[in-house]
Amino acid sequence: MWFFTHVWIIPALMALSFLLILFFGKKMPKKGAEIGIVFVGAAFVLALLTGGNWIAWSNDNPEGHGPAAEGAALANVDPSCSSVAAEAAAVGEGVEQVEGKTAASEPAGAEKGGHEEVATRPVVSCVNWFENGDQTISIGTLVDGQSVLLLIVVTLISLLVHVFSTDYVHGDRRYTHYFAFLSLFTASMLFFVLSENTLQMIVGWELVGVCSFALIGHWWEEKPNSDAALKAFLTNRVGDIGLLVGVIVLYFAAGKSFSILDLNILANEGGISHNLLLIGSLCLITAVMSKSGQFILHTWLPDAMAGPTPVSALIHAATMVVAGVYMVARLYPVFFEGLSISGSSVNALSMIGAITALFGAMLAFVQKDIKKVLAYSTVSQLGFMVTALGVGAWTAALFHLFTHAFFKACLFLGAGSLSHACHHSFNMVDDMGGLRKIMPKTFWTYLVATAALAGVFPLSGFWSKDEILAGTGSFPGTQGANGEYHVMLVMLLLAAFCTAAYMTRTIWYAFYGEYRGHGTPHESGPRITTPLIILASLGAIAGIVNLPAAFDFLPEGAQTRFEHYVEPVGLYFPAITHAGFNPALAVVSVLVGLAGIGLAYLYFFKDAFAGLHGLAERNKVAAFFKNILVNKYYFDWLYTTVIVGFVKGPLARAANWFSANVIDGLVNLVGKTAVGSGNWVYKNVDQKVVDGAVNGAGSSASGVGAMLRLTQTGRIQQYAALFFAAVAILAGVFVVVIG
Amino acid sequence: MLLNQFLLLSAILFTIGVYGVIVRKNGVLVLMSIELVLNAVNINLIVFSTYWGIAGQVFALFTIAIAAAEVGVGLAIVLLIYRNQRSVDIDELDEMKG
Repeated sequence: MWFFTHVWIIPALMALSFLLILFFGKKMPKKGAEIGIVFVGAAFVLALLTGGNWIAWSNDNPEGHGPAAEGAALANVDPSCSSVAAEAAAVGEGVEQVEGKTAASEPAGAEKGGHEEVATRPVVSCVNWFENGDQTISIGTLVDGQSVLLLIVVTLISLLVHVFSTDYVHGDRRYTHYFAFLSLFTASMLFFVLSENTLQMIVGWELVGVCSFALIGHWWEEKPNSDAALKAFLTNRVGDIGLLVGVIVLYFAAGKSFSILDLNILANEGGISHNLLLIGSLCLITAVMSKSGQFILHTWLPDAMAGPTPVSALIHAATMVVAGVYMVARLYPVFFEGLSISGSSVNALSMIGAITALFGAMLAFVQKDIKKVLAYSTVSQLGFMVTALGVGAWTAALFHLFTHAFFKACLFLGAGSLSHACHHSFNMVDDMGGLRKIMPKTFWTYLVATAALAGVFPLSGFWSKDEILAGTGSFPGTQGANGEYHVMLVMLLLAAFCTAAYMTRTIWYAFYGEYRGHGTPHESGPRITTPLIILASLGAIAGIVNLPAAFDFLPEGAQTRFEHYVEPVGLYFPAITHAGFNPALAVVSVLVGLAGIGLAYLYFFKDAFAGLHGLAERNKVAAFFKNILVNKYYFDWLYTTVIVGFVKGPLARAANWFSANVIDGLVNLVGKTAVGSGNWVYKNVDQKVVDGAVNGAGSSASGVGAMLRLTQTGRIQQYAALFFAAVAILAGVFVVVIG
Repeated sequence: MLLNQFLLLSAILFTIGVYGVIVRKNGVLVLMSIELVLNAVNINLIVFSTYWGIAGQVFALFTIAIAAAEVGVGLAIVLLIYRNQRSVDIDELDEMKG
C-alpha cells in the first residue's frame, strides 16, 4: 500500500531532476547527464517495486463476486476525490458478508473469460488542489494495473534513452538543456499516466506536448526543425480543443465531477445518457487523432522526426504518442457505452484506427528517410492500437502498446545508431547500404525488432497483433469477441502485410548492397548498443507475459498474466469479453507477415518481378498512385494550400476590408467626435466660463484695490482724523444704543 | 461736587488735544497734543475715582508712566526723522502713500 499511496514520488523525482539539471547541470562533470540518469534509474526501480507490489496486491485479493464485492473493491479510493466510488464502496461494505457468498456461487464470473475474475482494487489518493465556490478540484494518483504498466514502460524506455543520448548527442551545444527536457518530459508523462481526474490529465497532456515541442525543435537554428516543432504543436492544438470540449461535456455529464473513477462508474452503470457519452467520446477521439497521430491529424508525426533520434524513440514512438491510446483506455466505459462497441460491426474509433493502420503503412513505402519510414510505421501501429480499443479488445491494445514500445524504440535507436555511423544522415537510399558486416550489433538488434514488428512467430509483435486481429471477432471460428468488425480485420491484415514488406525494404537499403554514403562507417559505442540489445531482447520475449488462455498445456498461472494484472474488473470498467485464441487466424496472420517479407525479399534482394522495377516511370496509372503516396495523400497540401490558403486569401482580405472600413471608420469617427467636442469645450467652457471667472476675480480685486488705495494717502494726520471720526461715530452709536 | 465742571474741562482738553494732533505740522507739537489727550483721560479717571474707589487713581498713575515712555519713544522717532529729513514737518512724511 505504501507504494500505491506514495507513487507521486516517481514523477516528483523526475521533476526534481529537471530543476537540478537546469540549475546545476552545467557545473557537473558530465554536464547534467548523470543527474538525469541517476534520477530516472531511481524512478525505474521505484516503478518496478510498484509493479511487484501491484502483482502481490492483486494476488491476495479477497475472493468474491457480484456488485457488492465490486463495490467493496473500491474501499481504497479516497472519498474526497471520488464521491460515486466512495458511495459504491460504502454499499459494498455493508452487504459484503451476505451477498459476497451467494454471488460467489454463481458461475457468472467464470463464464466470461474461462477463469474467475476478481474485482480489481484500485488505490486512489488525492489532495485538495484548489477550490472554486463549492467545487473542489483535487489532484492525486490513481494506481491500478494500467497506470503501473505505463510507469514501468515510461521509466524503462526513458532510462535507456538517457543512456543512449549520452553518446548520441555528445558535445551538443545544448547538451544540458536536452537532458533537462528529457527529465521534464518523463515527469510530465508519469504525471499524466497517474492522473486521478480528467483535469489533471489535460495538464499532463499539455505538458508532454510542450516537451515534445521543445525537443523536436532542439536544433531550432535550422528552419525546418523549428517549423516541424511548430507544426507538431499547432496540429496538437486542433485536437486539444476536442479534449477540452470532451472533458467539459463529461464533467457535466458526471454531475460536476472530474474524477475518472466517478465518470467511469456512472458511464458503466448507465448513469449518463447515451447521447452525452457519444458526444463526449467523439470529442475525445479528436484529441486521440492529434496526439496519437491518427488520420487526418497525423501529419505532424513524420515531421516531428526533425528532433534528435533518442527523442523520437522516447516521445514519438514509445510514450507520448500513446497518450491518446492511454486516455481512451482510461476512460473506456465512456467509449464502450458511447460508441456501442459491444455487438456492432463498425464505429468511429475502430474506423479511424483501421484507416490509419492501412494508409499509414502504405506511406512508409515511398520514404527515403529511414526515420520517416519508422514514423509512418508508428502511425500505422498506433492505428492498430486504436482499432483494438474500437473493437473492444482493450487488453490487446494495451498489450500492443507494451510490446510496440520495446521494438519500436529499438528500431528508432537503431536508426540513430546507423545515422551516427553515416555522418548524421538518415537517407537510407542514398547514404547507407552494406552496413550488415560493419555494424553487426545494430544489424541484429534491428533485424530482431523488425521481425517483432512484422509479427513473426514467436516474437512479441506476433502475440499482441494476433490478439488485436482476434479481437475484431470477424475471423470465422473466433470465440468471445465483442462484435464482428469485418472491415477492420481485412484492413488490419493488409496493414500487417505492408508492415512486413516496408520493414524488409529498410533492411535492404540500410544493411545490404553496397555502401553508398561517404566516409568510413563504424559500429557505435557500448552506450548506444547496450540499450539496443536490451530493447531487442525485450521486444523478442515480451510476448510471454500474455500467452493465450487456450494454451492449457502450460503450467497454471502462465497464461494471460498481462490481462490478469492490467485489465481492471469491477464497477469502473465495462464487462468486455475476450476473444479466444484462434489457431487458424494465427496461421493466417503469420502467413500474411511472411508473405510481405517474402515478396519484399524477392523484389529487393533477388531482383524478382523485373517488370515492376521502375514501373512508375513507365506506367501512368502506377505513377499516379505513387505520386499520391509521395505527396502523402496531399494532406499537407490540403492543410497549407487549401485551408490555410483560404484563410490567408479571402479571409485575410475580408478582414483587411473590415479593418480598413468598419473598424478604421469607427476609430476615425470616434477621433473626429472627440476633437470636435474638445474644440467646443475649449471655446465655450474653457475660454468663456473658466477663464472668465478667473479674469473676473482678478479684475474685481484690482478694481477694489484701486478704490481702496485712494484712502491710503500716507498722511498720518489724515489717518488720525479718520480714526477719531470713527471713534466719535462709534461712541455716538454706543450711547444711543445703550442709553 | 463739581463733577460736571471737571468732565467739561476734560472734554475741552481732549478736543484741544485732538485738534492739535490733526492740524499741527510740527511733529513735536503733535506729541504734545497727544499728552493733552492723555491728560484729559487722566482727569476723567481721577474724577470718577472719588465715586468708585481708588482704582481710578492707580490707572491714572499707570497712564502717566506709560505716557512718559511713549513720549520718550516718540521724541526719539522725531529726532531720527529730523536727522534724515532736516525737518520735522509731518506733511512731508508720505512715503506710505498707496
